[in-house]
Amino acid sequence: MLAARAIGLLGKRAISTSVCVRGGHGVAKVEDYALPAYFDRRENPLPDIQFVQELNADQVSLKEKEKGSWATLSNDEKIALYRISFNQSFAEMNQGTQEWKSVVAGMLFFIGMTGLVVLWQRKFVYGDVPPTFQPEFQEKQLQRILDMRMNPVEGFASKWDYENKQWKK
Amino acid sequence: MSLQKPVMRNLLGKRLRFHLPIAFALSIVAAAAFKYGVTEPRKQAYADFYKQYDAVKEFDAMREAGIFESVRPSGE
Repeated sequence: MLAARAIGLLGKRAISTSVCVRGGHGVAKVEDYALPAYFDRRENPLPDIQFVQELNADQVSLKEKEKGSWATLSNDEKIALYRISFNQSFAEMNQGTQEWKSVVAGMLFFIGMTGLVVLWQRKFVYGDVPPTFQPEFQEKQLQRILDMRMNPVEGFASKWDYENKQWKK
Repeated sequence: MSLQKPVMRNLLGKRLRFHLPIAFALSIVAAAAFKYGVTEPRKQAYADFYKQYDAVKEFDAMREAGIFESVRPSGE
């Protein structure tokens, strides 16, 4: 485990095929997901490993040149070194996608499906409403509310004109 | 190739100096609007209602309508 971390700091992946001997019980193969990984995240600007692991001949010589004075590097070489270490620049990784359109489309679709289910329920599952919904019952209920002077200051009964027995204009 | 060094410091301070006075002003405006739009008219409505309120007359009207259980309308 310590050996794996030490080699990881140098940015080499050779240990994926090497073995770790643990406590005399035999070898434990180091899985890919247990090794340091590279990912482009805004909140993690310096990933654990550089992006390009297997350097070709040009890149190897460039890395050697990097060990000297950086003033001798041309702009293109600096960009090449950046692209060795990183996959996407911040501008590239922060680009928006068109994903929100599919998200909204999915949302509306499922809301519509739910609406159909609700309509079917109304027709085939629910029984009749109680008798308190009938118009005659509702009229008697309203009369009783006004008789009781419910909320006479700012609420319901305040809108009724008791002298003329009609709603206030 | 050489970009200008971006602003690194004082970001939160600058934001607060801009937004805090606005936040305070808007909160005070909201409170004042609620006070003079809602609570003062409500207090006035209650005052006006009870200025001309005859409790006995209202009670008799309610009793005649038959909503009480302890005292029935005068006819029965």
